Amino acid sequence: MSTPHQFRFVATDRRVREDRRFVAGKGKFVADIDLPNMRHVALVTCPHAAAHIRAIDKSAALKMPGVHYVLDGAELAGATLPLMTGLDTPKVPRRPLAFETARYSGEWVVAVVADTRAQAEDAAEAVEIDYEPLPFVLDAERALEKNSPLVHEAHGSNVLLDKTFVWGAVEDDFKASPRKLSLRVKWGRSSTVPIETFGVVASWDPWREILDVYASIQMPRYADQIGIALKLPTSSVRVHYDVDVGGSYGVKRGIKHTVLCGYLARRLGFPVRLIEDRLENMRGGDAHGPERLFDVDVAFDHDGIVRSMKMRALENLGAYAGRSPFQLGKPIGSIVGPYKIKSVEYRAIAVVTNKTTQDAVRGFGQAPTNLALERCMDEIANVLGLDPLEVRRRNLIRHEEFPYLIPSGTLYDSGNYETVIAKVLADTNYDDLKKERDRLRGEGKLAGIGIAACLEPSGGNATFEALLNPQITTSTFMDSCRINIDGVGAITATMHTTSSGQGHETLVGTVIGEVLQVDPDRVRVVRPDSLNSLPSGTPVGSRMAIMLGGAAFHAAEKLKTKLTTIGAQDLGIPLERAVYDHGDVYDRQAPSNRRSWADLVTIAHRNYHRMPEGFEPGLAAEHIYQVPTGGTLPTPDGRVQMYPCFSFEFHLLLVSIDPDLGRPEIVRYRLGHDCGTQINPKIVRGMTMGGIAHGIGAALYEEFAYNDDGQMIAQTFMDYLLPSSHEVPPVDIVDHETPSPHTVFGQKGSGESGYLGAPAALANAINDAIRSLGISANTLPIKVAQLGDMIADARGRKAAE
Amino acid sequence: MRATRRKGENPVRIKLSVNGIEHPLEVEPRTTLLDCLRDHLGLKGAHAGCEHGVCGACTVLFDGVAVRACLMFAPQAEGTPITTIEGVTPAPGELSPIQDAFVETHGMQCGYCTPAMILAAHALLADNPSPTREEIVEAISGNLCRCTGYAQIVEAIALAADRMRGANRPSGQRK
Repeated sequence: MSTPHQFRFVATDRRVREDRRFVAGKGKFVADIDLPNMRHVALVTCPHAAAHIRAIDKSAALKMPGVHYVLDGAELAGATLPLMTGLDTPKVPRRPLAFETARYSGEWVVAVVADTRAQAEDAAEAVEIDYEPLPFVLDAERALEKNSPLVHEAHGSNVLLDKTFVWGAVEDDFKASPRKLSLRVKWGRSSTVPIETFGVVASWDPWREILDVYASIQMPRYADQIGIALKLPTSSVRVHYDVDVGGSYGVKRGIKHTVLCGYLARRLGFPVRLIEDRLENMRGGDAHGPERLFDVDVAFDHDGIVRSMKMRALENLGAYAGRSPFQLGKPIGSIVGPYKIKSVEYRAIAVVTNKTTQDAVRGFGQAPTNLALERCMDEIANVLGLDPLEVRRRNLIRHEEFPYLIPSGTLYDSGNYETVIAKVLADTNYDDLKKERDRLRGEGKLAGIGIAACLEPSGGNATFEALLNPQITTSTFMDSCRINIDGVGAITATMHTTSSGQGHETLVGTVIGEVLQVDPDRVRVVRPDSLNSLPSGTPVGSRMAIMLGGAAFHAAEKLKTKLTTIGAQDLGIPLERAVYDHGDVYDRQAPSNRRSWADLVTIAHRNYHRMPEGFEPGLAAEHIYQVPTGGTLPTPDGRVQMYPCFSFEFHLLLVSIDPDLGRPEIVRYRLGHDCGTQINPKIVRGMTMGGIAHGIGAALYEEFAYNDDGQMIAQTFMDYLLPSSHEVPPVDIVDHETPSPHTVFGQKGSGESGYLGAPAALANAINDAIRSLGISANTLPIKVAQLGDMIADARGRKAAE
Repeated sequence: MRATRRKGENPVRIKLSVNGIEHPLEVEPRTTLLDCLRDHLGLKGAHAGCEHGVCGACTVLFDGVAVRACLMFAPQAEGTPITTIEGVTPAPGELSPIQDAFVETHGMQCGYCTPAMILAAHALLADNPSPTREEIVEAISGNLCRCTGYAQIVEAIALAADRMRGANRPSGQRK
């Protein structure tokens, strides 16, 4: 591992190569793909929260102009296998189209295929479905009750997961602690809601027996899951990775869409396209994020030192499972955040309800857990009359204590939390910030300071799967890169997944340029299809800088070694005397004695008689990179090394609320961020700012709200509010680099940065602002209207006193 | 199996002026300007985001004004010059100052909202060559971006404005 100043291209302010095509409108998004004879899918969805499907009358729809086919769930269920789920819950099958029973309002029941999207949508309206509405349940706590309606009757209860872990002497630590505190915190149902909806085009070639898939996908084992569900050899599924994905942040999983379109393409013999409209994206697209209720007990002493924590997390999964229950598992890898909490009890409960199904959302459950923990830290400070920053400082893991083993079995790699915080405070004097808050209060505003200190586990390992489902024994989550130097000396690298804005082509080019000491712009980076690819875990879990960067590094190192060995042999010197220098190789003892890049390429590609013995001709190398610190399964008592690297972020902000309006205005926002070496600082900053904006949305604006009838009522961007440029304030980001010892350049992940702490910091700021009124806000999102009502009620009560 | 077309589906003939070229077209009257640009003229730089006029990903310039192509029917656009992202790109492989500024600051990530953002910036800078931060924020407030948190977009537009002003100054006076 090197230190930053040794780099030539890594960690320098370079342009992002993907950007050129995007500014010209020349990205290749899935909706831009026109295949000959391509037909379009529209969906008929269930209008009830739960219903038996008694009969489907397709006749009127089939007579409509341009209509080719009307597919129902019975036909599809007969021809395909249920979709893969993470937990061992065979009685909770998930299928693209509802079969016999629909379990949430908006669930897909029928698919219509027509020449144009408009014709398909017209015909979808003409499908007649006879439903028998059923009792339903929307609330997670209600779903736990014995007399609750069952979402999946065959399963026998609504509980898919209920697992308790105890790490350390929790009961003893609670008994020994003089102070305790309980807090209930709720993370509301929102999601990442990319501006591009999910889309897929599927095309079946019966002569080659290949299903071609173009999709706006971000999904591990995507091709595998499609092949298995469609009962095709997975070598018959060709996923094209050179499709630009218009944002994902976790949710673009699209298995059900793809199985549906794959089946239709084979059944009908022409390419079939399904592009979600915004309503489908937000409702039937199954892309909601966590909706989680926390009950947290913390035990601490009079100085605010936290000794133990009991956390119960109840997740409202929606109607089906998928991978979403695992979002209760990942936070185990940093369950104590940046703090030295000695023992933890964690109970993870996941229930099904009659709401839209979830999928992975940025942070994979980490942001809600951080909210619960950081709200506790503020409340501890409050009950002790201490400053919330001081309480955190007393509990932080110190720089010299790394690597640091947390109770749940993960060893944190590195960190320097106190320095990051000191850097933030060097520019924003904390006392001045408090004075500014008090000045605003003096002007009649409700003002509050918000702090959040939290971690971004990065590098993506999948061991939470084995932790929550012992039948799973996955202990790797690899990524890969292949490099070919062609016969004229040009360098082409391959990566083996799609990207959704993370700049992976720039990443690969930069890393290879760094290792081979060539201008990164000379490194072409392409994406073959899945049948030409090595394994990739895809861009999830803040892992690509670490994993794809690591794979590219090692593949390039192999080539560098090969080039050096070829040069040494041709120069007639021992390998130790050969120096690799910007693509040339020379003799350390006689530097003018050298072979150029062109010489080495010629030897490798054409002069086999000059090659070292036993060498393969050509200049190609590949590397499949294992997750650093991976390779082990959980212990029987539920301890495991979860992710390899841990980035740190420290949010400090000041919020001012006009008590008559209830609208929180962010007056100051400063962030300390440490993700180790930043391979491309422009990319890291963008991700962090985007994460903060997304976190502002989750904290204040965004919610998939349901009414009592089980209808999702936030169905458009006029009801589901994404932050615009007006809602996102300028943020001062203070960088610090504590390299990870586990990665090739000291890099850590940053794909989820900002989002992991912004909601907690905002919730803390608002609570600091309204505490004087004797009220608190522990349910996200803290919407303007609700906050305004709370404040008005509290002021009314105060006035009446 | 084909039934006769319903009323409203009978194509109408229109002429659209897009990026300085007149295009005679035959479209269903209900075709949105966005679908027409993408599906009939192959101009894929305008993107569908919400199709109900909020996200702004479909923004095009309508006589120089940034409008949402998803909220307008193609026949309504007859007679007014339309500029798309393809129309502001100087030549294949060449970028306008605004496009280049977006690359310089990395004012994007996934690139989906980007063409619309750039057109919104074009509309702003055509009227106001020296916008304040607040004016830039206002000008792009009708364009949602989920990736960036807007900071590097605001910087891109400020940088483009600065460079474009500089370009008009006599040499030696650039700041």
